[in-house]
Amino acid sequence: MPNANQLDATLVTPVIQLESVRKTYQMGDNEVHALRGVDLYAARGEMIAIMGASGSGKSTLMNMLGCLDTPTSGSYWLDGTRVDGLSRNQLADLRNQKLGFVFQGFNLLARTSALDNVELPLLYDRTHRWKDTKAIAARALERVGLGDRMDHHPSELSGGQQQRVAIARALVTEPTLLLADEPTGNLDSHMTVEIMSLFQELNEQGITIVLVTHEPDVAQYGKRIIEVRDGRIKRDHPVEDRHNAAADLQVLLATEPEEDDAELVAEEVA
Amino acid sequence: MKSSVLVRVAGESIRKNKMRTLLTMLGIVIGVGAVIVMVAVGQGAQKSIANQINALGTNLLVVTAGASNQGGVSQGAQAFNRLTVDDAEKLDREGTLFAGVTPVIMTRTQVIAGSTNWRTTINGVSTDFQTIRDWQLQSGTFFTESDVRGIRKVAVIGSTVAANLYPGADPVGSQIQIRNVPFTVLGVLATKGQNAAGQDQDDVVIIPYTTAQSRLSGSTRIWQILVSASSPQDVVGAQEEVRAIMRESHKIADGDDDDFTVRNQTEIANAAQGTTKIMTWLLASIASVSLIVGGIGIMNIMLVSVTERTREIGIRMAIGARGSDVLTQFLVESIVMSVLGGAVGLAVGVGGASLLAHFTGWSTSVPIQAVALAIGFSAAVGVFFGFYPAKKAAALDPINALRYE
Repeated sequence: MPNANQLDATLVTPVIQLESVRKTYQMGDNEVHALRGVDLYAARGEMIAIMGASGSGKSTLMNMLGCLDTPTSGSYWLDGTRVDGLSRNQLADLRNQKLGFVFQGFNLLARTSALDNVELPLLYDRTHRWKDTKAIAARALERVGLGDRMDHHPSELSGGQQQRVAIARALVTEPTLLLADEPTGNLDSHMTVEIMSLFQELNEQGITIVLVTHEPDVAQYGKRIIEVRDGRIKRDHPVEDRHNAAADLQVLLATEPEEDDAELVAEEVA
Repeated sequence: MKSSVLVRVAGESIRKNKMRTLLTMLGIVIGVGAVIVMVAVGQGAQKSIANQINALGTNLLVVTAGASNQGGVSQGAQAFNRLTVDDAEKLDREGTLFAGVTPVIMTRTQVIAGSTNWRTTINGVSTDFQTIRDWQLQSGTFFTESDVRGIRKVAVIGSTVAANLYPGADPVGSQIQIRNVPFTVLGVLATKGQNAAGQDQDDVVIIPYTTAQSRLSGSTRIWQILVSASSPQDVVGAQEEVRAIMRESHKIADGDDDDFTVRNQTEIANAAQGTTKIMTWLLASIASVSLIVGGIGIMNIMLVSVTERTREIGIRMAIGARGSDVLTQFLVESIVMSVLGGAVGLAVGVGGASLLAHFTGWSTSVPIQAVALAIGFSAAVGVFFGFYPAKKAAALDPINALRYE
C-alpha cells in the first residue's frame, strides 16, 4: 500500500473509519440514496450491533464495511487501508485477508465437508502465508466446538452447527473484522443464544465484531448499538445492562435440559 | 488457487452431477470417436492400396496418350488419343530393358453365352499381358503368339465372367458371342479380386489385340500400353527408353513436348494415396462437426451451471476469490469434462475401428497423430466453449450473487 493510504502508524489504528460515506444507486430514472453521509469509527475489540428497518440502508452499510461495495463519495479505511477507489481484485484480496463473513443463510457450499468449507478462504490467499491449510481449518472447527464433525456435509448438520461452520470459515484467516449479517435470523432462540455465546467468547479473545440484526434481544449481547434510519446513523450508544449469552445458555439448559442434544438429532434426521 | 486444488474442485463438481456430466460428455465422446474411426478407416484404406499396388509389381510402366503437361498447361493424360498398335510393336521390337510389352485396347460390351449374357470389359492384349500382370489360369490355356498373328477369335475370361455365364460349369472350349462375333473360350483366369480403385479385376474378357482391332472396334487406337521392366533396378532406364522410342515413333522433333505420358507404379501409387488421403481428411472433417456440436453442448451446460451456482460464486467471491479464480475454476471444469470425453471417445473410436475391421474385413489403423489431435482438439473445444460461461461467472457482482435464490 502507498504511504498516502496508510494512517499514522503511531496512532492506534481504528478497525473501521467511515467519513461522510454516501451511496447512491441509479434505479431507472430515479436516484436512490441508500446512504446519506455516514461517519463511523470502531476500535479494535468492539462488538457493534447495527439495527434498522428494511430499507434503512443497513444492508448497504454492511456491504460497504464488507468491501463488497464501494462508496459513491466519502472515504473508508479498513484497519488502515483505504478501501474506496480499490479495484475488484484488490477488494477481493482485502476481503480474504482482513474480513470474515457470517450470513443469515449460512452460505456454506453444499455437498462439501465442513473441513473443506472452512479451508476454502485459505486456498484463495495470494500471500502464501498459510502452509498446512487442512490443519489450520481443523483447528478453526475445534475452536467453534465442531472438532468431531469435520467430515459432515452441511445437510447433515443442524442450523446451529452450520452457522458454527460458517463462523469457523470466517475465523480461519484470522481476520481483523468479523461481519455477521443477521447471523441468528434462521435459528431458534436456543441456538441463537448458543451462537451469540460463541460471538461473545470470540470477542473476549480480541476479535472485532459487527453484526446486523433486527432483534433487540440479540443486539443486547453487543457492546454498542448503532441504529440506522433513512441512510443515516440515528443513534449510536453503548449497551447498558449487556446480556451474557453464556449465562443465558446455562439458564436455558437448566430449565429445558432435554432439548439440548435431542433437538440436534431431530434436525439431523430431518 | 493452486492448480491441483482447481482440478480437485472441478472433479468434485463433475462427480456431484454425474448424469448431467455424462450426457454432456457424450457429445465429445461421439465427436472424437467418429473422427478416430474415420481416420482409422482412411488410413487403413491407404495402407491396403499401397500394398495392392506394390503387389502389382514395381516394374510396371504405363504409357497413355497425351502429355500431362504441354507448354506449361496441364492437359491431363489422354488429352489426345494417339497411341497405336505400331507404337506397341515398335516398343516390343526395339526395347532392351523390357520383359514384356502389350497394348491394351479396351471396350465395354455385352457377352452372350447360350441363353445368358453379361456386360463386361473386353481387353485386347498381346501374349505378354499374362507375364506383365503375372496372371495365372485356373483352367485351360492363354492364347498364343500364333493366335495373335492369326487374328483368331479366341478368348480368356475372368472368373467373374465365367461364374456369371457358366454357373457351375467349365467354360473351356465353349463359344461366347461378343458383338455377334463368336469366340472360343481357351481358358479361365485365376481370381485376382478388387484392384486399388475397388474394381473387380476378374470381370474381364481377354482377347488378342489383333482380333479386337479388326473384329470389334475396327480402330487402331489404344487405351494404354503396358511395359514391364526387366528388373526393379531397370525401371528408370526402361522409362527413359520407352520415352525415346515413343518420341521416335511419333516423330517428335527435338525440343518439342511429348504427346504421351509414361508413369511408373510409384507415381500411380502416390496418386491413389493422395486421393484416399483427401477422402480421409474429408471424412474426418465431417466427423469433427459433431465435435463442435458436442462443444456447444458443453457451453450450454456450463451456462446452466453458472446460473445454478450463482450463490456459490457469490460465497467464493465474498471470502476472497478474484474474478480470475472463478474464471479458472469454470474453465478447468469444462476442460476436464471435454478432455475426459475426448479420452473416452478415443477408446470408443479405437474400439469401433477394430470392431469395424472385424466385421467388414477392412483394414483399419489409428495413427498416433490422430490420437494427439483428438485429445488436443477436445481440450481446445473445452477452452473455446467454456470461456464464455466462465467469463460470465467471473463478471458476477458478489452482492447480487449472494442474494440470488
